[in-house]
Amino acid sequence: MAQKNYAGKQIEVTEEGYLVSPDDWTKELAVEMAKEDGIELSDKHFEVLEYLRKEYAAGTALSIRKVGKSGIVDIKGLYSLFPGGPLKLSSKYAGIPKPASCV
Amino acid sequence: MKRIVILGAGTAGTMIANKLRKSLDKEEWKITIADSDKLHYYQPGFLFIPFGIYNREDVIKPKSDFMPAGVDVIYSAIDKVDAGKNIVILEGGKILNYDYLIIATGTKTYPEETPGLTDKLWYKEIFDFYTIEGATALRNFIKGWEGGKLVMAITEIPFKCPVAPLEFVFLADDYFTKKGIRDKVDITYVTPMSGAFTKPVATKMLSELMEEKNIKVVPDFYIEKIDNDSKKLISYDEKEIPFDLLTVVPVNMGDKMIERSGLGDDMNFVPVNKETLQSEQYENIFVLGDASNIPTSKAGSVAHFAAETLYENLMNAIEGRPLLAKFDGHANCYIETGGGKGALIDFNYETEPLPGTFPLPGIGPFGLLKNTKINHYGKIMFRWIYWHILLKGKELPVEPLMTMAGKKKII
Ligand SMILES: Cc1cc2nc3c(=O)[nH]c(=O)nc-3n(C[C@H](O)[C@H](O)[C@H](O)COP(=O)(O)OP(=O)(O)OC[C@H]3O[C@@H](n4cnc5c(N)ncnc54)[C@H](O)[C@@H]3O)c2cc1C
Repeated sequence: MAQKNYAGKQIEVTEEGYLVSPDDWTKELAVEMAKEDGIELSDKHFEVLEYLRKEYAAGTALSIRKVGKSGIVDIKGLYSLFPGGPLKLSSKYAGIPKPASCV
Repeated sequence: MKRIVILGAGTAGTMIANKLRKSLDKEEWKITIADSDKLHYYQPGFLFIPFGIYNREDVIKPKSDFMPAGVDVIYSAIDKVDAGKNIVILEGGKILNYDYLIIATGTKTYPEETPGLTDKLWYKEIFDFYTIEGATALRNFIKGWEGGKLVMAITEIPFKCPVAPLEFVFLADDYFTKKGIRDKVDITYVTPMSGAFTKPVATKMLSELMEEKNIKVVPDFYIEKIDNDSKKLISYDEKEIPFDLLTVVPVNMGDKMIERSGLGDDMNFVPVNKETLQSEQYENIFVLGDASNIPTSKAGSVAHFAAETLYENLMNAIEGRPLLAKFDGHANCYIETGGGKGALIDFNYETEPLPGTFPLPGIGPFGLLKNTKINHYGKIMFRWIYWHILLKGKELPVEPLMTMAGKKKII
């Protein structure tokens, strides 16, 4: 565990920079986090982040396919919003845990 | 007379049918189970077929061998459930009424969901080993294969038995080594996840195995399509991986019947309360096995542990009590690591796989997360246990809820 300063606050994050508590999330924090990776968050990005936060709170297991079926963006679109690792990155900026399998 | 209908007579359906028939009064309760297939497949055995360790006969038995007397067995495809009316409609229109419904239709592979997968190389140079057909076709191909690029690719998560593709590459390494052509075979493991392992302790303990065995891992690769002409996997962000032999875990989803019934999420898995195993939508529907959306492994061991909770909660519901039994997501998986060795992992919703011994704290005999010979025998013994104990709904000498005894907390 580590501490990081986002939007003027000390926030607890994991070794890989994911929030320890999704409740610490704010829009400003997301903007700053994404900036570190060179990504400028648009309204479309935020639609994805809000969707992920909502599904996560409902206990849903998330996958790229699922986001692609959400009606917000298709999978190609998701890749252009979050290049490289769309679910990995979007989960990070949404303040939810890193996607994991059982091992 | 009151009625319980069970949909699907695979691992989960068969176990719960046995458990319920034993304890419910035959005069009072009629139990019916429906499945389209007369044969029971021991799916964990599919993994060994490509390497000639098991044959078809080792993994198939008639379903009737495992059905208790006093359960009505119907061999027919299920068209859909009309949950508002408490009825199941079978293919051909026959109707089953129920007071309680248990859904155990599992998960299936849908290779056609990935463009190019079922094209001209399907079952020629591209195979799955999640079906008996795929595993046998792969066996016939591998026998005469002289080497090249072997790619093991996962198309989507979740999929059943998350350790199976890992076991596959370990066994492939072993097989080609024994055949004397390991130097001609290049093995690559492709996953949409951030690594072959995603949990810190398992990563630490198992990733060196991949290195030791010279298996390359390509993480964050999400397959868009397979190009059959150039023999390449192509990802959504336009990365490419060439192959000579492609083995793949196709997209896993629940049965289409779930979709037709309006009971599933967008992967056709039925949303349930992860502790009580009751449907989120209907109080008289419970779900056991791979068919539900509970956030743990889709595995036979999970269905076995969950059966206890489901049974208790069904009794609670029948007798008008609150659903007090709570499932913790307990999973227990042997991992074949090749060379006659195996590892064992044990975990639940909250606790990641930890090292230790199982099932007897401090004694074992199975070493959790350790690569030992005895763990491999565990996997081999499991087939016997599966046919003779598990399916019949008998008790194993293992607690259904996970215990921390015998494990080492290392972080
Ligand atoms: C290669 C491989 C290796 C595995 N290794 C392991 C392991 O080592 N350990 C472990 O614990 N688990 C392992 N598993 C997973 C395990 O086999 C499954 O998790 C388990 O079988 C799930 O049981 P189930 O009853 O939910 O589904 P299934 O056993 O798949 O049964 C579903 C049943 O429903 C029927 N059905 C579905 N839809 C319909 C319909 N519309 N009409 C009529 N019938 C229908 C099907 O015919 C089937 O009989 C492995 C699986 C595979 C493929």
